[in-house]
Amino acid sequence: MQLTGRVWKYGDNVDTDVIIPARYLNVSTPEELARHCMEGIDPDFASAVQRGDIIVAGENFGCGSSREHAPLAIKESGIACVVAKSFARIFYRNAINIGLPILACAQAVEETEKGDQLTVDLRAGTITNLRTGRTYQTPPFPAFVMGIIQAGGLIPYTRERMANDQ
Amino acid sequence: MGHTLTEKIIAAHLVQGEENVASSAEVWPGDLVEVAVDIVLANDITAPIAIREFETLGVERVFDRDRVVMVADHFAPNKDIKSAEQCLAMRQFARAQGLRHHFDVGRMGIEHVLLPEQGLVAPGDIVVGADSHTCTYGALGAFATGMGSTDIAVAMATGCVWLCVPETIRVVYHGRLRPWVGGKDLILYTIGHIGVSGALYKAIEFAGPVIDDLSMAGRFTMANMAIEAGGKAGLFAVDDRTLAYVDGRVSRPYHVYQADTDATYAQLIEIDVSQIEPQVALPHLPENVCPASQAGEVQIDQVVIGSCTNGRLEDLRVAAELLRGRRVHPDVRCIVIPGSQQVYLEALREGLIEAFIEAGAVVSTPTCGPCLGGHMGVLAAGERAVSTTNRNFRGRMGHPESEVYLAGPAVAAASAVAGHIASPEEVQQCN
Repeated sequence: MQLTGRVWKYGDNVDTDVIIPARYLNVSTPEELARHCMEGIDPDFASAVQRGDIIVAGENFGCGSSREHAPLAIKESGIACVVAKSFARIFYRNAINIGLPILACAQAVEETEKGDQLTVDLRAGTITNLRTGRTYQTPPFPAFVMGIIQAGGLIPYTRERMANDQ
Repeated sequence: MGHTLTEKIIAAHLVQGEENVASSAEVWPGDLVEVAVDIVLANDITAPIAIREFETLGVERVFDRDRVVMVADHFAPNKDIKSAEQCLAMRQFARAQGLRHHFDVGRMGIEHVLLPEQGLVAPGDIVVGADSHTCTYGALGAFATGMGSTDIAVAMATGCVWLCVPETIRVVYHGRLRPWVGGKDLILYTIGHIGVSGALYKAIEFAGPVIDDLSMAGRFTMANMAIEAGGKAGLFAVDDRTLAYVDGRVSRPYHVYQADTDATYAQLIEIDVSQIEPQVALPHLPENVCPASQAGEVQIDQVVIGSCTNGRLEDLRVAAELLRGRRVHPDVRCIVIPGSQQVYLEALREGLIEAFIEAGAVVSTPTCGPCLGGHMGVLAAGERAVSTTNRNFRGRMGHPESEVYLAGPAVAAASAVAGHIASPEEVQQCN
């Protein structure tokens, strides 16, 4: 579960209204949502983002609405991972539930600039900045959460559990 | 060592079984647990994804057709064809599943005004909703929290969700409220104090003599905005006022839980309300709070009075008190949105609607519409609104270059008359 990508850098409190403005919530298909991803904060993002890129942001990423459209738009736009100083809790759940990799690491965020290349090892929880050569260790996910991640999200995880129960 | 209200409620809802992460009768902050839920909620924006994921699960029926609630409120009455299709998908699912509580146009309200009013949430419940303001029900002494559509899909199928037991911040309010200061001013002041991530992952318990005297409407407003401080839930202890509210509404048995006197809190905050003036949160975060009297000369184009935060009868009464016999400023569009059909009807019977219309305001059917820039009051570039809603993020009510100033109904109504952000006193003195 190792990936390398180019960084898009944002500040604190990136809310779900700027990630996917509500005027686009009359649809729920990931492809349509991705066309407007980050439009409220960075109108160039959707057209310039490349598959495998990484979003790096400050505190409380994904605050505000419970709209799952936000992580869906980010995932579908090609973003491979979001690294932030901290995540708003509903966004955190949603990202894990839909299989969008996220990692919290304040120091990595502070020492990363737009355009840097990061290598992220999701299993080991490490982030390496290829420009500076520095590697950061994030705290491991709880085993239960890791189970959801490894299953590919909450739906496949629940299906497996329900199948086992029968 | 004692437990908080949140810990008591979660412990009482633990799913017992060998697969369970924690199955003791006690829970502590940080425990990952699986709990049975009392009510699962979705709306016309979040239900379509939840339904899609529910179908992916391969489950045929929801866990309990009495406990899955769907409300068409965000883009309803349908604002465009795509919204109509989303409402239709929800309606078809509700019919196919035989949901007892699917609220459509004519019977619906803004979900967090509607569910308590209809007696669907009881003290001691665990409620999960695919809407971040689900935390509103904490006013009833329930543990209620917002989640995404996939969580809600699984909850619809299984009646269970996983939770991390949160720490609790206790905020105690002392002193005497000044004129025109209500629940909205208290919660805005509190968010200004602790910040938009001040309660991240935590529950907030609101307490103290001021809270004891606060109306249920005021409590709903405060619990509603716990999420704007990052909170997982915002709870109030159940008292006689709560019981009087649920009496005659809630028809199923429920249990009242109380925090232990020796409960452990992550943080204790004491607030003297005596100095708090009517508040306003400046763009673009709910923590950018100042007294309305100190907001400066901010000309406005629109006022919205309504929403899950302030769309209750008590809120409309406050607004009518200032608008009755006055005129909305010629440069301002004032939009009043009762939170439910019941609120609308009662406001009509009390003469509030007449006062709004005579003042030059427009009165809408219940909808979340303008709060999230959906319809019924979207802002153009450069326009400014004072709104009794809950978020003033960039572009929240429309164009990314528009601005939203959050306030309670008194400041909103006063500003509608003045044409700029105004304290209620300023408008009263002009007469």
